[in-house]
Amino acid sequence: MSKCVCMIAEFRGGNFRRVSFEVASEGKRIADSLGLSLCGIAVGSGVADKAADLGRYGVDKVFVADDPALENYVAEAYVPVVAEIVAKCDPAVIVLPASVDGKDLGARLAGRLQAGLAQDCTEVVCENGAVKAKRPIFAGKCFAWCEWAEGALPVISCRPNVMDCFAPMEDKRAEIEKVDVSIPAARSRVTGVDLDTSGKVELTEAEIIISGGRGMKGPENYALIEELAGLLGAAVGASRAAVDSGWRPHSDQVGQTGKVVNPNLYIAVGISGAIQHLAGMGSSKFIVAVNKDPEAPIFSKADYGIVEDLFSFIPAFKEEVEKHKSTCS
Amino acid sequence: MLEDLLKKGGLAVNIAVLLKQTPDTESVIRIAGDGKSIVTDDLKWIINPYDEFAVEVALRLKEKHGGSVVIVSWGPQRVVESIRTALAMGADSGVLIDDEALEGSDSLGVAKALAAAVQELNPDIVLCGSRAVDYDEGQRGAMVAELLGWPHLALGVAVDSDGSKVQIDRPIEGGKVAAEADLPAVATLGGSHAVWNPRYASLPGIMKAKKKPLANKKLADLGVDPSECGAGAAKIRVTALEMPPERAAGRIINGDLDTAGKARELVRALHEEAKVI
Ligand SMILES: Cc1cc2nc3c(=O)[nH]c(=O)nc-3n(C[C@H](O)[C@H](O)[C@H](O)COP(=O)(O)OP(=O)(O)OC[C@H]3O[C@@H](n4cnc5c(N)ncnc54)[C@H](O)[C@@H]3O)c2cc1C
Repeated sequence: MSKCVCMIAEFRGGNFRRVSFEVASEGKRIADSLGLSLCGIAVGSGVADKAADLGRYGVDKVFVADDPALENYVAEAYVPVVAEIVAKCDPAVIVLPASVDGKDLGARLAGRLQAGLAQDCTEVVCENGAVKAKRPIFAGKCFAWCEWAEGALPVISCRPNVMDCFAPMEDKRAEIEKVDVSIPAARSRVTGVDLDTSGKVELTEAEIIISGGRGMKGPENYALIEELAGLLGAAVGASRAAVDSGWRPHSDQVGQTGKVVNPNLYIAVGISGAIQHLAGMGSSKFIVAVNKDPEAPIFSKADYGIVEDLFSFIPAFKEEVEKHKSTCS
Repeated sequence: MLEDLLKKGGLAVNIAVLLKQTPDTESVIRIAGDGKSIVTDDLKWIINPYDEFAVEVALRLKEKHGGSVVIVSWGPQRVVESIRTALAMGADSGVLIDDEALEGSDSLGVAKALAAAVQELNPDIVLCGSRAVDYDEGQRGAMVAELLGWPHLALGVAVDSDGSKVQIDRPIEGGKVAAEADLPAVATLGGSHAVWNPRYASLPGIMKAKKKPLANKKLADLGVDPSECGAGAAKIRVTALEMPPERAAGRIINGDLDTAGKARELVRALHEEAKVI
């Protein structure tokens, strides 16, 4: 079989996660530039029924490992299965999501395949038949272009929300090949899964983020930005100062030792703009800063700055957003 | 050792922490003349914060079960200071793989050296950060586990062990997962300072650290062929660095407006100019 580009899809709770389609689209662009076909790898429980859908995003053929034992991602079980399929389709390049599980899978897989992995890439280009990938380092303070040695297999994890996703080609279906895999007796296992059903928007996947810092003065005041977030369909983030104070869960922390986010709109409320915070949100498309101190460093990054007390500004802003929503809908 | 075994009636656990030294998070990053590395002359070096969390977790497990904590690191002699800091926090001993042959190696090359060091130490648990705040390769723990043929668990925000297994809680997009692995195993740490609150080195701790054993090793000492993990063996390399695009200068929404006026103007700008709401 001729070489292909191979994308690894992420299947959870009965569905492919959206980032899988972004990765398929990016895989298709790479495959077209290199003149190769695009294969998919779909691993999970119940994934066989959905696998053909990857065709909508350009996947020609999907290798499917469907087994109840693969219900939850466990590196030790998934990696040998994926590696077995990789050996079958002999890819020139592997692309996968830089999601929580994808980054972990990629790392262990690269170890097994003795391959070179570039994590969390934001851009992939093909030059003279070879791929080059760009990835943030120092939490986005800088970017590195990576290239692979002659004969090395490039494994590229793609940062969610960055790669353009094709509009689905509704009538396209991928060919399916079910693979009989031997799932190794794992010495590790998932013992519990607790999915948030509140419909809360995930920080790293949000189009709009409103973050509150020490200027919020206490946990009770976050209701202010939560209401605003509700109106805008936004996720709520926080600075380390707010998290260290115990006002917000650590999973909300944005920055160099928190989440790196790149929404369309980031609204920093009562956040000074320390270098570690800026590292985590500096690549947002638009940044709004609300701070009563005109000298706050956050203003140097903001597209729109509001020098005001947040406790008077946020309620006024919320009211205007409400008005705007009612005239637009 | 017997004392350790009796403690809590459980088994003592020996833990190795893979620790990377990174530039301080305050650092301003500048690209060096070669276009593919950063200027390091004026950098302050720290323990990668996520590895510091790993040291904290290791010390807590040791306090619970007895056993030992060894720090394994790599890099030039400046890394000794970071290892001593971890020893001052309470770790027992250190190993530094200082070999020029590691210069220019990729994550896989480093993982090979670390895996060899771990094999020699034969711990029950290996802990390290899920990522490092410099190059953020996010590969070390999983790769070392794969090379050793051990199970691993990634991104723990809660970690415990009963001496025969290690358990973690791990956040995933939109939820969390509890997982466990039989020992020996590797676990990587996520979370933040608020989760782990890593201890500071005490003054007596700092005094004691000076006398704790710290071994310098070459790759050959670990039975690793330098040609298998140096620049020559690297599958992937950085060929250029690039600064993020400068952000266009923003504007302060007119100070002459009252609060409601500013709010109205911001909504208009976000809708008409930025087109994000
Ligand atoms: C190793 C390390 C890692 C770190 N990682 C991170 C990280 O991942 N993320 C992160 O965020 N930080 C991180 N930090 C911390 C960082 O250095 C700052 O301390 C932190 O970001 C400050 O948070 P803040 O802006 O909320 O608080 P402050 O710096 O105290 O700023 C509060 C701001 O609120 C404004 N304000 C106060 N009251 C009002 C009001 N009523 N109306 C309007 N404005 C008001 C003030 O003018 C001020 O600018 C890290 C630090 C270290 C050493």
